[in-house]
Amino acid sequence: MDATALDVAHLLAGGMVLISFLLLYQDRMFALLNVFALHAIVLAASVAWQAHIQNAPHLYVPAAIALILKGIIIPVALHRVVIRLGIHRTIETVGGIGPTMLLGMGLVALSMVVMLRAAATADPLAREDLAFALSVLLLGLLMMVTRRNAVSQIVGFMSLENGLILAATGAKGMPLVVEISVAFSVLVAFIVIGVFLFRIRERFDSVDVQALDVYRGEQR
Amino acid sequence: MTPLAVALWSIPALLCAPMLAATAPRWSAATRRTYGACFALCFIVLVAAFVHLVGARNTAASLHLPIGLPWIGAHFRLDGLSAFFLVVVNLGAAGASLFAIGYGEHEESPGRVLPFYPAFLAGMNLVVLADDAFTFLVSWEFMSLSSWALVVAHHKDPDNRRAGFIYIMMASFGTLALLLAFGLLAGGSGGYSFTEMRGTTAALPGLVLLLVLLGAGSKAGLVPLHVWLPLAHPAAPSHVSALMSGVMTKVAVYGFIRIVFDLNGPPAWWWSVVVIPLAGITCVLGVLSALMQHDLKRLLAYHTVENIGIIFIGLGLALAFSAHKMPAAAALALTAALLHVFNHSLFKSLLFFGAGAVLASTRERDMEHLGGLIHRMPLTAFTFLTGCVAISALPPLNGFVSEWLTFQAILLSPDVPSWGIKLLVPAVGAMLALSAALAAACFVKAFGVTFLGRARTGAAQTAQEADRFSLAAMFGAAALCLLVGILPGVAIDVLAPAVEGLVGARMPSQSTISWLSIVPVAESRSSYNGLLVFVFITMSTLVAIEIIHRFASRAVRRGPAWDCGFPEPSPATQYTADSFAQPIRRVFGEVVFMARERVDMPAPGNAQPARMTVTQRDPVWDAIYSPISGATSVAADKLGYLQFLTIRQYLSLVFVALVVLLFVLMLVMLVWT
Repeated sequence: MDATALDVAHLLAGGMVLISFLLLYQDRMFALLNVFALHAIVLAASVAWQAHIQNAPHLYVPAAIALILKGIIIPVALHRVVIRLGIHRTIETVGGIGPTMLLGMGLVALSMVVMLRAAATADPLAREDLAFALSVLLLGLLMMVTRRNAVSQIVGFMSLENGLILAATGAKGMPLVVEISVAFSVLVAFIVIGVFLFRIRERFDSVDVQALDVYRGEQR
Repeated sequence: MTPLAVALWSIPALLCAPMLAATAPRWSAATRRTYGACFALCFIVLVAAFVHLVGARNTAASLHLPIGLPWIGAHFRLDGLSAFFLVVVNLGAAGASLFAIGYGEHEESPGRVLPFYPAFLAGMNLVVLADDAFTFLVSWEFMSLSSWALVVAHHKDPDNRRAGFIYIMMASFGTLALLLAFGLLAGGSGGYSFTEMRGTTAALPGLVLLLVLLGAGSKAGLVPLHVWLPLAHPAAPSHVSALMSGVMTKVAVYGFIRIVFDLNGPPAWWWSVVVIPLAGITCVLGVLSALMQHDLKRLLAYHTVENIGIIFIGLGLALAFSAHKMPAAAALALTAALLHVFNHSLFKSLLFFGAGAVLASTRERDMEHLGGLIHRMPLTAFTFLTGCVAISALPPLNGFVSEWLTFQAILLSPDVPSWGIKLLVPAVGAMLALSAALAAACFVKAFGVTFLGRARTGAAQTAQEADRFSLAAMFGAAALCLLVGILPGVAIDVLAPAVEGLVGARMPSQSTISWLSIVPVAESRSSYNGLLVFVFITMSTLVAIEIIHRFASRAVRRGPAWDCGFPEPSPATQYTADSFAQPIRRVFGEVVFMARERVDMPAPGNAQPARMTVTQRDPVWDAIYSPISGATSVAADKLGYLQFLTIRQYLSLVFVALVVLLFVLMLVMLVWT
C-alpha cells in the first residue's frame, strides 16, 4: 500500500476526530446541526476512500448512506423539527465547554494508548483507524452525557455511530459492514422519531396525537 | 421408530396439545381433550422407554438435531439411566393426565392450567433426554418456568403468589448453580456435550459436587434448600402437585445422578461425607415438619422432603462404596435409591390424587375440617390407605422393599475402610429408622383424621365419591404399588442395566432365585419375599374373619359412637390432627421447631373458653431465608433509586463504566509490557 493512500485515510479519520471536537464546542443549535452534517460528509469520504483502497465496492453503500441520510436528510429534518417545536436555540450544557474539551482530549489520549498497544500487531492502517474511531465514539458519548437537550443528545448519538462505522470499515475484511451500517441507520431514524414523540409528550403529557385536538378547540 | 425418536416426537406433539383445547367448544371438552392427548402421548413414550430399558441392555441411542445454538445444535441420548427416568416421568405423567381428565372439571380457571401442563410434561421429558449442557439447562429452565406458571395458576390467593415468588427465586438460583457446575465440567476446552465431559476430568470435581448439590438439591428439596417446596407444591392444582412432588423432584435426582455419577469422574471419599449427613437431616426434618401440618397437601409436600432424603442416603452410600472400590455394594445402594425413586413417584402421586379428590369434593385441604370421609368416599379412602401403607414402608407394598434395600446397604458400611464413613453411616441409619417410624405416625394421622371418625363440617358430610377417571388413576397407581411390592425381583432386574452403566456392577440377578424372593447380598445374610408376606397377610386375615364370623354373629350393627361419657357428642370433640401430633411435638418440636404451648385458662367463674395456643418457628427459614430475603429487600429499595434517573444520568453510568474499563485495560497493558 503506498504512503499516499495511508496518509489520506489518516487525514480523513483524523478530520473526524477534529470535527467531533467542533461538535463538543458548539453551543448553538443550527451550528451544531451544520457541523454534524460536515461530520457525516467526512465519514462518507473516509468510507469511500477505504472502499477505493481496499478494492471493496460494497463499502460504497455505507458511504452513500452516510452522505445521503446523515449528511443531508437528518440534518434538514432536525432543522425543521427545531423550528417547528420552537426548541431553545442555545444549548444548555452540563459543566463548562472548557472542562468538557479538556476531558475530550483526555479521552482521545486514552483511546490512543489503549488501541495502539492492544492492536500492536495489526497493520498500521487498521490500527490507527481503530484508534481514531474509538476517539470519535468516546467523544460522541461524552457529548450525549454533557448535553441536556434532546436534539444535541441525538447528534451525540449519531456521531458515536459514525465512529462505529469508521471502525467497521477501517478494519479490512470485516464481515457484514453494509448490514451493520443499514441497521444503525434504521436505529438512528427510530431514535429521531422517538425524540420527536417525546417532545410531544413533554408538552402535552401524552404521545396520543388526539390530545392535540383539545388544544385546537375541537370537540369529539 | 426407535424409542428415542418416539420420545423426541412426543415433545412437539405435547407442545401442540393445547391447540386441541383452543378448538374445543367448551372448557370441559377442552379439558378432556388436552388431558386425554397428554395421557395417550405419555403412555406411548412410557412404552417406548420401557422397551428400551428392558430390551436394549444399556446400549445408548443418541441423536444430534440441528436446532438450538448455531454450529452446536442439540444432542439427545437414551441410555439405561435416562430410559429408567423416562419411565418414571411418563408413568407419573400418564397417571396425572388420566386423573386430570376427571379432576380438571373442577378447575376454576382452566385457561391458566391447560396451556402449561403439556409444556411442563415436555420440559421434564427433555431434561431426561438431553445430552449436552445447553439442552439440559434450557430444558431444566423450561420445566421450572412452566411449573411456576402452574403454581401461580390460582394467583388471586396471596399465599400462592408468595409461593410462586419464592419458587421462581429458588429455581433461578438452582439453575445458576447448575450452570456454574457445567462450566467447571466443560473446563477451558469448552466441550459442552456430555460425551466430551465424560472423556475429560473436571478441574475441581469437589466444587462441581457442591454446586450440583445446590442446584439439583434445591429442585429436589434437600434441607436447607427445601423451603420453597412445601409452599409451591400444594399451591398448584392437585394433579400438578402430584407431578411436581412425584416426578419433578425425581428429575432433579436424575440431574444429580447424571452429573455426579456419570460426568464428574471417579468420586472422592469425602463426597459421601457431605451427602449422607445432609440426606439424614433431610429425612428427619422433612418428616417432623410433615407431622406438624394439618393441611393435607402441605403434609404430603413435606413428606416428599423426607423421601428425597431417603433417596439421597442411597446415593450417598453408593458414592461412598464407589470411592472405596466396592462396586457390588455401590450397585446395591444405587438400586435402592433408584427403586425408591420409582416407588415414591407411584405412591406420592397416588396420595396427591387422593388429596385432590378430597379437595374437589369438599373444597377443603385442612384436615381439621374433614373426617368420616370413608363413608362418603369409600373407594378413594381405600386407595389412599394403600398409598399410606406403601409410603409408611409396611410390607408387602413397594415402599418397604426400597427402604429395606437401603438398610441392607447401610449394613454393608462396616466393610468400608474409611473410619469416618464407618462411624457416620450407622448414625444416619438410626435417623432413617427414626424417620420411617415417624412417617408411619404421620400417615396414621393423615388417614385417620381425614377419613375416619365423624365429619367435622358440613362439607365433609356431603362429600361425593370421585369420578371414574380419577378413581381409575388412583386404582392403577395402587395396583402398581402392590405389584412392585410383591415382585421386587423383577424391578431390581429391570433396573440392573441403568445401575451397571453408572457404577460398573449390578446386583445379583434375582430372576434365578426360586419363589420370587430377593437376596441383595447373600442368602446367609438376608432375603425377603413380598409374595409370601402378601399371601400370609391375606390368608391370616381371611381365616380370622372366617373364625370371627363363624363363632360370632354375622349381622352388621350400627350403634352410636362411644362418646367418652360426654352427653353432647359434637364432632369437634374428636381427636384432631394437632392433638394427634402433640406428643411428638413435645418430644422433638420443642428443640427442632422451638414449639411453645401456652394455655390461657380463665379464672373460676369466668365463662370464657379456655384457649391453647401453639407457636412454632422454622429454624431453616429463620437462619437462612429471612436474612437473605431481608437483605434482598433492602438492596432492592436502595437500588430502586436507579430506576428513576434521567436519560443523561443513565448515559453517564454507561460512559463512566466504559472509560473505567478502558483505563483498567490500559493499566494492565502498561504493567504487562
